[in-house]
Amino acid sequence: MAFYDKIRNIDRRVIFLLIGLSVALPLIFTIRFPEFPTPMVKQIFGLMEDLPPGAKVLVSFDYDPASEPELQPMATAWMRQLAEKRAKIYIMALWPIGQDMARLSIDALKRDLADKERETGEKVPFEYGVNYVNLGFKSGAQGVINVVLTDFEKMYPTDAAGQALSTIPLMKEARSLKDFDLIVNISAGTPGLKEWIQFGADPAGVRIVGGSTAVQAPLLYPYYPKQLYGLLGGLKPAAEYEKLMGDRYPQYADIQKNKGRIRMGAQAVAHLVIMAFIIIGNITFFIDRRRERSR
Amino acid sequence: MFVKRTLPLWITFVVGTVIILSKLSPKTTGLGEDFTIYFDIIAVFAFILGGGNLVKIHADKLSKMGAGWGYSAVCLIGFFATLFIGLFEIGHPKGWSTDPTASGSAFNFIYDYVFKPLAATMFALLAFYVASASYRAFRAKNLEATVLLVAAFVILLGRTFIGSFVSFWTEPGTGFGIPELAEWIMDYPNRAGQRAIMIGIALGIVSTSLKIILGIDRGYLGSGQE
Amino acid sequence: MSRGRIVFLVAGGLFLAFLLFRSATGGMVPPWPHTVETQAMEPQYNEFGLLVGENAVTTGATSWKGPLTWFAAFLTLCILSFLYDDNPLYKFAEHLFVGVSAAYWMVMGFWTTLVPNLFGKLTPNLVSGVLEGVKDNTPEWHYVIPLIFGILLLTRISEKFGYLSRLSLAFIVGTTAGLNFVQYLKSDFMLQITQTITPLVAIGAEGFSFWGTFSNIVLFVGVICGLIYFFFSKEHTGVFGAASRIGIWVLMISFGASFGFTVMGRIALLVGRMEFLLRDWMNLVVG
Repeated sequence: MAFYDKIRNIDRRVIFLLIGLSVALPLIFTIRFPEFPTPMVKQIFGLMEDLPPGAKVLVSFDYDPASEPELQPMATAWMRQLAEKRAKIYIMALWPIGQDMARLSIDALKRDLADKERETGEKVPFEYGVNYVNLGFKSGAQGVINVVLTDFEKMYPTDAAGQALSTIPLMKEARSLKDFDLIVNISAGTPGLKEWIQFGADPAGVRIVGGSTAVQAPLLYPYYPKQLYGLLGGLKPAAEYEKLMGDRYPQYADIQKNKGRIRMGAQAVAHLVIMAFIIIGNITFFIDRRRERSR
Repeated sequence: MFVKRTLPLWITFVVGTVIILSKLSPKTTGLGEDFTIYFDIIAVFAFILGGGNLVKIHADKLSKMGAGWGYSAVCLIGFFATLFIGLFEIGHPKGWSTDPTASGSAFNFIYDYVFKPLAATMFALLAFYVASASYRAFRAKNLEATVLLVAAFVILLGRTFIGSFVSFWTEPGTGFGIPELAEWIMDYPNRAGQRAIMIGIALGIVSTSLKIILGIDRGYLGSGQE
Repeated sequence: MSRGRIVFLVAGGLFLAFLLFRSATGGMVPPWPHTVETQAMEPQYNEFGLLVGENAVTTGATSWKGPLTWFAAFLTLCILSFLYDDNPLYKFAEHLFVGVSAAYWMVMGFWTTLVPNLFGKLTPNLVSGVLEGVKDNTPEWHYVIPLIFGILLLTRISEKFGYLSRLSLAFIVGTTAGLNFVQYLKSDFMLQITQTITPLVAIGAEGFSFWGTFSNIVLFVGVICGLIYFFFSKEHTGVFGAASRIGIWVLMISFGASFGFTVMGRIALLVGRMEFLLRDWMNLVVG
């Protein structure tokens, strides 16, 4: 029974080491698995694909570096798709560090589009003020949404760089939230998707799709499907979305351009290890219980 | 007494009522928006208050040279260095700008090489503790706990490739396998449970909001002794 | 010194030696500034100033990316060291994080909201050097109200005048209560009920759907039973008790799903950090 007692009273640091290795080894040896998109992911992808050229889409970056590994892949995929669909992209942030996250996505998209032009000769227009605008961060959470619901310029006298909103061509077409065709929110907590549904999409009557951390996702399901068109909750649906993007736009099929899919290898192995922990934990629990009863 | 209790209660009543009315009548929309913008601006002062409090606590610790004063010094150095670099936009490519995070600025370096690794790792630690909790606390002690465990297990399986792999009775992505079962659990039983919780919370928030606006709930003003 | 601590120190020392060896042999970014060579084509002119061709010119620039990446990795490892035990390195990183993030929020709030939305409204010309867009705008004096409330909020730090901050707090609480009252009533109460009371029998393109109908019933019954579980004004016995029991099961499935998702989320965050350590810093990723 010495082995059993060892397992039962295992040092927490051994568990930490195992979970660390289960994440590190698949990353080092690039273990990857295929992705099979689930219906909700396909539904969101279909909605974005059906956007007409020039559709006005508001993208709000409401997260920080702590959630970047989960949320950046979906942000990148959506930005790519919106640029490919020639949508007009309006970027803002309700988290102070969301402005940095938005900048990361814009820079990554610019690199992608430059690569595409070099490889295929096709130029996807992505000009500031014409195809996209970055409004930046404002404090106030739902207070900000409540103002832009009726008047963007009241909340944003200028864009993130200090240029008057009235001089930006794109802003002439979107005076309030009600003028948008779609709201896309990527969030890691409060303020985030919940506030965007309550204070933005519901009163404005605009369709919203969201990406959230896995922790938040179950809490947002009650809004689906009438108040929330679709939800990517965590890394797995983001990886599925990347798969759909790669199938539709071959220039994004390269695995190196799909961080979500790369990360899912480690994620799957870590899940296996955690499930093994749960099973072993329960076996020891039942053995203990039987011993107590037999006493 | 007037400034400590009566005036705050009136401010809450007026502001709350105006915001509600702004949703009901177009004539008051503008005023409601103004009040909301004021709220957004005051929120920044809350950031400043937070910083001020931090400095107060750690400066106090530092001046007394009590246990762990060195860490307080680290905290204050980090705080003032970031504040100085950010407010004076050191190394900003444009000189001065309302976007302090621009690439190439020293503030951006702090973000990339200090803030980001610290924030991200702090949250990454939780992965280890969730694994430890899975081993020690996630037990099928009774029927309810077993239901919880089975649901979690299906989700863990279904949200990776393993779910498709073990669903030998169907082709991945085409029939009803474990990933589809996981999605069904999220979409129906989970949605039902979360919705019941959501409705309960909403009722609580609505009634508390009303009590606050009408001055019945005065908890936010404290005991009135200070 | 305990055996565990000796093992920890020896393992740490070997790890550091391995890293320095890799750096010295060019396997990963070095902890010291290094020269990065870039090639550019430079035009060549003859003695009359006429272009005669191009020459590849190699220029070297000092890059600080190495030491900065090492510093970021050091901070990452400081935080991770907490897994072994609480220690001074973790405490150092933790305090640095608190200080830097508080200042980060302040700086962002100042430049993105106070400057354009407060100073830009009150004194447009004063800030027009930074904020070109507001030049020659007419001052909007009513913005003095949030300025006063904001300053009053800061009195909270003072013991003598702290009570004045209650006025600002009252404004914040009033706005939040007003906004929440309307939107929670609409989005989280009325629309949730509307979404629950829908036809239970599912009829799709191919006619009656058994699975769809079953799912709709699960949703409807689940919400009602979940609500009954939270209803404490009546004793949970008889039919009411049975419904409440179903309610518990539904809630347990929700909590189980939440646990599964929490595991997923936390692992993803760790994957991100490991990527930084293994790929960006140690250059260990194969393929």
